[in-house]
Amino acid sequence: MRLEARFRWLPTPFRSVLLFIVWLLLNNSVSPGHLFLAAFFAITIPWITFPFRDPQPLIVRPGLAFRHLLLVLYDIVTANLQVALLILGPTKKLRPGFIKVPLDLSHEMPITILASTVSLTPGTVSAEVYPIPESLEEDEEIQQRYLLIHVLDLADEQALINTIKQRYEAPLKEIFRC
Amino acid sequence: MSEWIVSILLLIGGCFILIGSIGLVKMPDFFMRLHGPTKATTLGMASLLIAAMVYFSYTHDGISVKEILISIFLLITAPISGYMLIKSAIHHKLRAKDGTKGLDNIEED
Amino acid sequence: MLDTVFLIVFAMIAISLLLNLWRLIVGPSVPDRILALDTMFINTIALIILYGMSMGTDLYFEAALLIAMLGFVSTVAVCKYLLRGDIIE
Repeated sequence: MRLEARFRWLPTPFRSVLLFIVWLLLNNSVSPGHLFLAAFFAITIPWITFPFRDPQPLIVRPGLAFRHLLLVLYDIVTANLQVALLILGPTKKLRPGFIKVPLDLSHEMPITILASTVSLTPGTVSAEVYPIPESLEEDEEIQQRYLLIHVLDLADEQALINTIKQRYEAPLKEIFRC
Repeated sequence: MSEWIVSILLLIGGCFILIGSIGLVKMPDFFMRLHGPTKATTLGMASLLIAAMVYFSYTHDGISVKEILISIFLLITAPISGYMLIKSAIHHKLRAKDGTKGLDNIEED
Repeated sequence: MLDTVFLIVFAMIAISLLLNLWRLIVGPSVPDRILALDTMFINTIALIILYGMSMGTDLYFEAALLIAMLGFVSTVAVCKYLLRGDIIE
């Protein structure tokens, strides 16, 4: 896990790129003036706001992150078709259930990303991270964490846990190296 | 040609939005109702906004890509609001449908 | 042809808004109603974008973006209130 950026003046490279793109999208133009203004905002806003926030892990492997994003987008589309069929089908046949997935990730930000991907993909909504962070004592050691997931149609619990761990968690571990 | 693309995308988007709301009405308990709006409606919006993108690109001169901002925003925020909703539902100890598996996985807070 | 498609999709979104309204009225619990409101926000964005398209103007885009942000923030604030009895601690 890397918390420090390579350059002092660019503490969060990914967020700067995002700001640059969002500014250009909002104005819907690529004229030189807007390019200059976008670059100015992309550098100064992270530079000013960086001291306010806790350091977050940086993306170590951007290529893999991009490939993972495409995979997740593809999964979102197929998952939505599945969920649409499940919703339109008979309600009585559905087998809802709660399952607990043990997590290997340790930092909050990769866990948040994993929970969001789980919410957007096949028939699952992430519900809670155990142990609940607020209930921990100050000096208590953080034990094994779990992600509680609600599944719309639960066929094989172990297979679903393995899919989530291999398909979504392993790339995140690689991307953030933690 | 692009008229056809816009029409098909619009119809797909409308269908998904309708399916999301049908899921909201049809499902028996809160946890199952949550699945419709968080997934189907989000994809419906994405498809509708892509249709808007194509439409404005060929009616106005030049390409228009700013509609994609709303889809990105919805894709990022839908899981967060879903998470907050299910957390408050667990906190209020809403009853899940009979026959739900793994209810003992929910811990007391 | 496009005008007919606009009408059909308008009707679809109107029906889904009515379904959401039904869930909002029937309940039975508070999170159910918040979920219905959140879905209504998203469907309203769809309606506004569609209206802008049928009028042939993209002026409504900013309104849709603002409604998306307001919907997300209000959903999270109300959930936070349900969880803690307080929005900002």
